[in-house]
Amino acid sequence: MASATAGAGGRLRAFALNAYPFVVVGALWEMVARLGIFPPRLFPPLEEVAAALVRLTVAGILPHHAYETLLRLFAGFAIAAVAGVAVGIAMGRSRRAEDIFLPLVSIGAPIPGVAYAPLFMLWFGLGSFSTILLVGFVSAFPIIFNTWTGVKAVKEIWVRSAQAMGADNRQLFRQVILPGALPYILTGLRLGVAQAWRILVVVEMLAAVPWGLGWLIFGAREFLNTDVMLAGIFVIGLIGLTLEKHVFARLERYTVVRWGMMAS
Amino acid sequence: MSHIEVRDVSLVYDTPAGRVPGVQAANFDIEASEFLCLLGPSGCGKSTLLNIIAGFLSPTGGEIRIGGKAVTGHGLDRGVVFQDFAQLFPWRTALGNVTFGLEMKGVPKQEREEIALKQLQLVKLEKFANAYPHHLSGGMQQRVAIARALAYNPAVLLMDEPFAALDAFTRDDMQRLLAEVWRETRKTVIYVTHNVAEAVYLADRVVVMTPHPGTVKIEVPIRLPRPRDPLSVEFLEYQKELLRQLGPAATGQATNGKAND
Repeated sequence: MASATAGAGGRLRAFALNAYPFVVVGALWEMVARLGIFPPRLFPPLEEVAAALVRLTVAGILPHHAYETLLRLFAGFAIAAVAGVAVGIAMGRSRRAEDIFLPLVSIGAPIPGVAYAPLFMLWFGLGSFSTILLVGFVSAFPIIFNTWTGVKAVKEIWVRSAQAMGADNRQLFRQVILPGALPYILTGLRLGVAQAWRILVVVEMLAAVPWGLGWLIFGAREFLNTDVMLAGIFVIGLIGLTLEKHVFARLERYTVVRWGMMAS
Repeated sequence: MSHIEVRDVSLVYDTPAGRVPGVQAANFDIEASEFLCLLGPSGCGKSTLLNIIAGFLSPTGGEIRIGGKAVTGHGLDRGVVFQDFAQLFPWRTALGNVTFGLEMKGVPKQEREEIALKQLQLVKLEKFANAYPHHLSGGMQQRVAIARALAYNPAVLLMDEPFAALDAFTRDDMQRLLAEVWRETRKTVIYVTHNVAEAVYLADRVVVMTPHPGTVKIEVPIRLPRPRDPLSVEFLEYQKELLRQLGPAATGQATNGKAND
């Protein structure tokens, strides 16, 4: 957060610091591409990747792929967020819910999401619907775990204070349990979206969806269009970074960091 | 105003090692607007007793009556201040913490903020109304906690060693401030402490408790004019008297107090 206080000079410095590793990797890439170690078709120089990126963007193809992928991401993640937070809170608040869900979640969580993919496709067919369901299912696990932990970590003294001040159960939940568990819930959502993002791109390759960045990359392989593949990968990274920096980091800054419940 | 009766209150803990008596047959009264200190070493059951009066624990025997009515659970007639600074809600500003009780009661926003601001003035923190707790010092956080417990105007203020975790200088300031707040609000206060000088400085009457099992040993009225001078001969006489009542086991623990300020 130094850049926020140090002004324009500091911001420029921070940008240079962040950009520096990319410049080094880019330079190495160019070197390898130009030395001709690999066939240019398989290892294109960066300007070709950039050209593909611009061409596909101007033609509206890349935005369309990205749009479809984002739609599935948000749909799947929304399911995971709602269900995950609900189950996590239930587990944290009720002994019975904990006894039922904890064994299930403990077994389900370590299984790689892709392992469920064939099953979901058999059950729900190919296409967007089963993709969204799978993304929702897989990314719910970290959200459940963290929400559960967060509810358990709510300090007893907050609960007592609130009760002494006349809070009923509903008020206690909204005014104390939720904000008290928020640092963990946010961490869960952040891990959940990362999980959703990873599984989504893979499943798009398998589930025969008509559009999507995963499909774009997978489809481009057929024609050895490595520049298109790299352009797709770049966009995936860009979207992931944007979500992290501009959604989650900001959300944390306005809440738990401002409240001193989490270090910035 | 409420007169509080503690009648034969006992609490037995069920532990893996067997039944451990926490409090045994405690009996005493608290007059309205009285400042009462529960004084004793660790394990004498003073905090347990306070938690029973607050309604967080149910006694296994006897009862607490407030204004003639038996206590069942917590209620807005009692405000509670704990020792732990973490009692404040970190996601609410100082003002937001103080308005909490009024909000639960459904008092409109503007009205409850006016009341809360007055309470913050009472503890001299009106300038920090919009600060979050993690930006306040321990002493300031405890002052917010006092304002918060007073805001919904309970008849009784229950305080569980609220200044025990503060440094000695801040503690002295807090004691002076609390004496002032009490003089202005005339609340009934039950104040738990293991600090003899603190009890003599604040209390109208001190209930001395001894451990194993936790019992009320004696009640000592403090007949000193206020504000009290901790260096006066009479003040020191009261300290000696209380120490004598606590017995040799407690002396080491209970002396590290106010005598040297």
